[in-house]
Amino acid sequence: MADPMRIRAMLIGDLVEVKVLMAHDMETGQRKDVDGNTVPAHYIVSIGATCNGRTVLSAQWGPSIAKNPFLSFRFRHAKKGDKLTVTWTDTGGDTRTDEVAIG
Amino acid sequence: MSMIRCTTLVSLAVLIVSSPATLRAETSTVDAIAEYHAMFGDENPAELWQLRGKNLWEQPRGPKNVALSKCDLGLGAGVIDGAYAQLPRWFDDTQRVQDLESRLVFCMVTLQGFAEERLLKTRFGDGPKKSELEALTAYLVAASRGHKVAVSLTHPAEQAAYDLGRGAFFYRAGPHDFACATCHGEAGKRIRLQVLPKLTEVEGARSAYTSWPAYRVSQGELRTMEWRLADCFRQQRLPQLKYGSEIAIGLTMFLAKNANGGVMTAPAIKR
Repeated sequence: MADPMRIRAMLIGDLVEVKVLMAHDMETGQRKDVDGNTVPAHYIVSIGATCNGRTVLSAQWGPSIAKNPFLSFRFRHAKKGDKLTVTWTDTGGDTRTDEVAIG
Repeated sequence: MSMIRCTTLVSLAVLIVSSPATLRAETSTVDAIAEYHAMFGDENPAELWQLRGKNLWEQPRGPKNVALSKCDLGLGAGVIDGAYAQLPRWFDDTQRVQDLESRLVFCMVTLQGFAEERLLKTRFGDGPKKSELEALTAYLVAASRGHKVAVSLTHPAEQAAYDLGRGAFFYRAGPHDFACATCHGEAGKRIRLQVLPKLTEVEGARSAYTSWPAYRVSQGELRTMEWRLADCFRQQRLPQLKYGSEIAIGLTMFLAKNANGGVMTAPAIKR
């Protein structure tokens, strides 16, 4: 099972600033291991965030995103205590969802 | 979206602009690295290790299916606040001086029933090969944030560990005739772009010791003090440093004693 994400969401003025740290190897499929075999590609392909069920971010990712990705974004129309949910899915079909209350 | 790639580009740009004056270039490089750290701010991927370590510490695990709440890190069973800042120290139950990592191995073997070989096989993580010891170390070190380093040399064995570590620090050996002191005994030295702290003085020892373990951006891994020392041995072309050995603990004791009074900030983030 994938490791937990670290999510922070703070309401500043009328904007919610979100910072997400994800634990993922983000293998590009271009690397070779010590025996010369290609390390199979394994990276996050889609990521989305919802606030009280409303989609506030939806993105498709590729192999050029760094290992242990850090994502920061801002959105409007939310208040303190609202639930923010972030979900990613990778090439192996593995998925992880974490939730945080906006502070 | 990826901070890591963006900031690498920024650092390169600074390097190119500042190339005409060598002295200025050096300062700019150090500044650029500092700026790169600042962009991460309080967002440190080390937190991912801390989260994993918290679960490993609290959940019943191993053949005996118990949690590590009975593990004594020196301040009593299960007490983790500030424990790392006072390690290495003498332990009556093992009759030896131990650092955090060797103590963790002891607890996981005796309390949870894990095989030592299994733990040591993954002592240092590498991508999908995850290290439980690194995650636990990250969690426990974070519990000492804000505490002052306070190792004591009151027990004769603690003094002996310090003396051994001090001796090892200045001992020249290997094909390059290197000692730790060759690189870390003078101020203002560096390897490529990395400024090397002078570990024999309070200021350098504090800045270095209080910021390890750290997340190494270039490796995408969290690295511990045992790793740091083992990699220094590799760079000196010395025989592989044994995890939790007297010499590793002695060197840690020497560095910690020199850093006494410094405020713990680890797990930090490094290039």
